[in-house]
Amino acid sequence: MSEAAHSHHTTTGIDNRKFAMWVLIASECFLFGTLIANYLINKSRGLVGPKPQEIYDINITTLSTFDLLMSSVAMVLALHYCKEKNLRKFQFWTAMVVLGGAIFLGFQYYEFSTFIHHDGLSLATNIFGSSFYLLTGCHGAHVAVGVLWMSSILVTSLVKGQDWFNSEVVEVAGLYWHFVDVVWILIFTIVYLFVYV
Amino acid sequence: MAKNLPKTGIISWLTTVDHKRIGIMYALSSLFFLIIGGIDALLMRTQLMVPNNTVVTGDIFNGLVTMHGTTMIFLVVMPLSAAFFNFLVPLQIGAADVAFPRLNSLSFWIFFFGGCLLNASYLVQQIPAMGWFAYANLSSKQFNPTHSVDFWALGVQVVGLASLIAAINFFVTIINMRCKGMTLLKMPLFIWTTLVTQVLLILSLPVITVALVMLSFDRTFGTGFFNPSQGGQVIMWQHLFWVFGHPEVYILILPAMGIVSEILSTFAKKPLFGYTVMVYSSCAIGFLGFAVWAHHMFTTGLGVWATALFSAATMLIAVPTGVKIFNWISTLWGGKIRFTTASMFAISFVAMFTLGGLSGIMHSSPVIDTQHQDTYFVVAHFHYVLYGGAVMGLFGGIFYWFPKVTGKFMNELMGKAQFWLYMVGFNLTFFPMHFLGLEGMPRRIYTYAPDMNWNFWNFCATMGAYVTAIGGILFFVNFFWSLKFGAKAGNDPWDGRTLEWSIPSPPPEYNFAKLPEVTQLDDWWYKKYTHDGKRLNPPSQPVVDPKTIHLPHQSFWPMVLAFGITMIATGFCVPSSGVFVSLIGLAITMASTYGWAYEEP
Repeated sequence: MSEAAHSHHTTTGIDNRKFAMWVLIASECFLFGTLIANYLINKSRGLVGPKPQEIYDINITTLSTFDLLMSSVAMVLALHYCKEKNLRKFQFWTAMVVLGGAIFLGFQYYEFSTFIHHDGLSLATNIFGSSFYLLTGCHGAHVAVGVLWMSSILVTSLVKGQDWFNSEVVEVAGLYWHFVDVVWILIFTIVYLFVYV
Repeated sequence: MAKNLPKTGIISWLTTVDHKRIGIMYALSSLFFLIIGGIDALLMRTQLMVPNNTVVTGDIFNGLVTMHGTTMIFLVVMPLSAAFFNFLVPLQIGAADVAFPRLNSLSFWIFFFGGCLLNASYLVQQIPAMGWFAYANLSSKQFNPTHSVDFWALGVQVVGLASLIAAINFFVTIINMRCKGMTLLKMPLFIWTTLVTQVLLILSLPVITVALVMLSFDRTFGTGFFNPSQGGQVIMWQHLFWVFGHPEVYILILPAMGIVSEILSTFAKKPLFGYTVMVYSSCAIGFLGFAVWAHHMFTTGLGVWATALFSAATMLIAVPTGVKIFNWISTLWGGKIRFTTASMFAISFVAMFTLGGLSGIMHSSPVIDTQHQDTYFVVAHFHYVLYGGAVMGLFGGIFYWFPKVTGKFMNELMGKAQFWLYMVGFNLTFFPMHFLGLEGMPRRIYTYAPDMNWNFWNFCATMGAYVTAIGGILFFVNFFWSLKFGAKAGNDPWDGRTLEWSIPSPPPEYNFAKLPEVTQLDDWWYKKYTHDGKRLNPPSQPVVDPKTIHLPHQSFWPMVLAFGITMIATGFCVPSSGVFVSLIGLAITMASTYGWAYEEP
């Protein structure tokens, strides 16, 4: 990337791309903050159809949360082996990140389709459902982007082999991945656990 | 492929990643949209010239109100400010380019296509007509069954994405790309106001993004976020809109404040008075800007505590703003003022903005605000701050930096004529609106009865608008005349203080032959003069072979990617087969993202 040419001369010493990712994360905090606030306002305002406590399956969601957290661990290891220039382990753990993200998306697909077909809660059924799908769907879209990004890194690594240990790119992707994870922990707590309090 | 793109001609402009060229494209596009927004305004004023007028119908008038506001804010003042960010930030901080040149080009193209999408509503005669802040449930499918609101929502969404990308880029650039020695408190004030503006953009745009997604979902997928019959609340839209909308007004004014600070200090031949205080007050304005949104909503019945707190916060934000006004006056005090077109625009900014600020403080009192809500008094207020303020400041900036951008002066005679036409026309249009508002004339009405006692001031306002229009035409004549016949300007035609004046006009593609080093604020000034005013010989730029300087390569991908993103949005504005349009857009977006990522640098 042409941007890389400048990275050694920055004022703060921080790579531009890494800095930009932090700034994007700041912005994303407000994005998810708005979505979460909207969910909290609307979760009990549904006039018809199912209510939150009637449809959430805490067992399934706990499993998918565990899966996403483990993919974050895999991300740490992938970055570690990228810096160590250990190609096989780097590729293995990158693949694990992709797999973890894909499984999470599978869980979400299962959850959404159960809600729609079994519980009769589609996007426009009631305002609780709309806010729920908007929040978790937006998060799911972020996971999907992360999966695509990490797959691209994996393919690049498979093609270029020993020549490509671009740990700055992996670190930026890692920042993004961890952020998406942290947001899920918030969503898990606020959306799925708060129905018990 | 990227390496063999031509350096001149149309292709070079479409593929450019040079911040200076992107800045010029931003400026030209926003001036183009200024003409559209200006015609909207003239049509409205013509309709309101006399009572019971029938130049346009009520529906078209509503469309003109909506599109005038949206165009002027999102497609004129914001991109014109972005033009200055683009051209000046790397030059003033002594950098070769912005942090992400290709993202910079992407921002421009997304903005441009988004602006086109918004204005495409005219072509299919589905003009958004619910007011520029699109209050629910006027914006609902029930009351606006055509795609007009979709054009608005998606157009603003796309333009907002452009601003977000640009904001991240400029934030990183300012923090991370400064030349040696330029610590934060040695940055020119324009850089500081730019920095605060980017923070506001980064944190407020996601809120409007969510609000617009919710609006689009309500309209396209039948959700009921803003529909009480489905459990939603119309007030939600107002909150979300103004949580973004109030920082937005500071996004519009802060860049102009920075520009004016640079101009006044140059033409008074004095350092900016109270530079550090100016920096802190800019930050304070940015911070408080997030805490005052509900003053747009006093009449909705927020409750006593909320009303009191938002009222107090609004009064508080007048303090750093007032500090700035006194600092500008003190900058001029005792200076050797040169009255050029640029400095006259800058001085008028201070005067007009103060007038608008005073009526703003009046509105911070909920009692008064309740009387003024939705009257022409409010129209007068925000035109004084955004037109008398922001636009006058930006015009000053155009006259000030035109010699740097083109190497030629703009014609001063035509410039001063334009200035006076603007001053007279502007005040003739908007000062009477205070009276009209106090006499009870509501905003957005398309006509009025002859016995309301509003006839005289409306007639004056319309005449003022025509005078301004003549000034606007004169500006465009001056612009093109000066490009061709303007007097040649040297590197430093105004005896400037900031780094852009140390390099040739127009600057070479690589900006600085050798990246500068600074030791103090207004470093370039003190390379020309000692502290007691004796003339020094400033160092000249070293001669280098341009081929030895590495520059980022041109690329088609930003434009293609921007096109794909806009196409996704366009799908929402197309009847029935919209989903295919969006899917094709998604495919283009994906393909060009990969094309971009794997392009040889």
